[in-house]
Amino acid sequence: MHEYPITEQIIKICTDHCKKAGGSKVTKVNLVIGDYSGYVGDSVQMYFDIISEGTVCEKAEVNIQHIEPKLRCSQCGALFKKRPMTFECPECGGEGGPTDIGKEFYIDSIEIE
Amino acid sequence: MHDIKKINVMEGILDENDHIAEHVNHHMTHHGVLVVNEMGAPGVGKTTSLKNIVKHLDIKPYVIEGDIESDIDTNALNELGIETHQINTHGECHLDAPMIEHMTEHIEFSEPGVLFIENIGNLVCPAEFSIGEHVMMLISTVTEGSDKPYKYPLAFEKADIILLNKVDLIPYLDFDEEFFMKGVRALNKDVPVFKVSGKTGEGYKEVAQWLQNKAKELNCGE
Repeated sequence: MHEYPITEQIIKICTDHCKKAGGSKVTKVNLVIGDYSGYVGDSVQMYFDIISEGTVCEKAEVNIQHIEPKLRCSQCGALFKKRPMTFECPECGGEGGPTDIGKEFYIDSIEIE
Repeated sequence: MHDIKKINVMEGILDENDHIAEHVNHHMTHHGVLVVNEMGAPGVGKTTSLKNIVKHLDIKPYVIEGDIESDIDTNALNELGIETHQINTHGECHLDAPMIEHMTEHIEFSEPGVLFIENIGNLVCPAEFSIGEHVMMLISTVTEGSDKPYKYPLAFEKADIILLNKVDLIPYLDFDEEFFMKGVRALNKDVPVFKVSGKTGEGYKEVAQWLQNKAKELNCGE
């Protein structure tokens, strides 16, 4: 829902870094988006094409690395993927707790000309 | 052929929001005002809960109401003598730190107290944006069903206090409290959960006491 203003922010950050490095055009943006970050990669891509028109980011390729969320078992310490409607560890049956894996939302790097 | 250069950015897209949120937090701490970010789906009783909490507070309440449209809740709270300011987001699904910074710069915090910020009715997006709060207060209800922690984990994970509202309706529903609490505890081991009823007013005295203690800690510099 809120990818529009977020994509504006992505373009602003990319533009700042491109200009600072003396570039005239951003050709690629490498994003890292965790599946629990709440941001939808496809929407970011769609808005990026619209908002970047007329900016140094116009026609840049958006490459998104998705990160799958993981829970950590409070008993055996294993990292595991959450299944629907349960937090149970598939290894030992212990309770899994939240981790930061899957909440990433940052620009890793850009490629410029 | 142009030369292509790769630049490491490693910058969080929400860093700017978080930076402003930190500034809001410092500003309000300086005034001795505890900031409570109140979240919950539409219709869980966010405004009704505020009215009930305020009745039991011994310190000054301030309110910022976030709504997509309308000022119905703001008018109702102002009529009760609770100083309330409106933010309309016109379609935006959450409040963010720049909106709150702008608003708090225009409010005169004449004495220490609690600033309640009622976020947009939404169980997803508000959990993702820090707005400078000291306390994230989540309102969940027995009418929404006991599966909410499993379906919307981030809001439950981030909450500092959870109010389970509409408990007067439990006899008429199949709310599975054990399943609900199992989900809450998996995500947030120590979060206090208060059972309340906006209709009867039960449970809010304890919530007000909890918030007041937090405000006191703030003013003792703890």
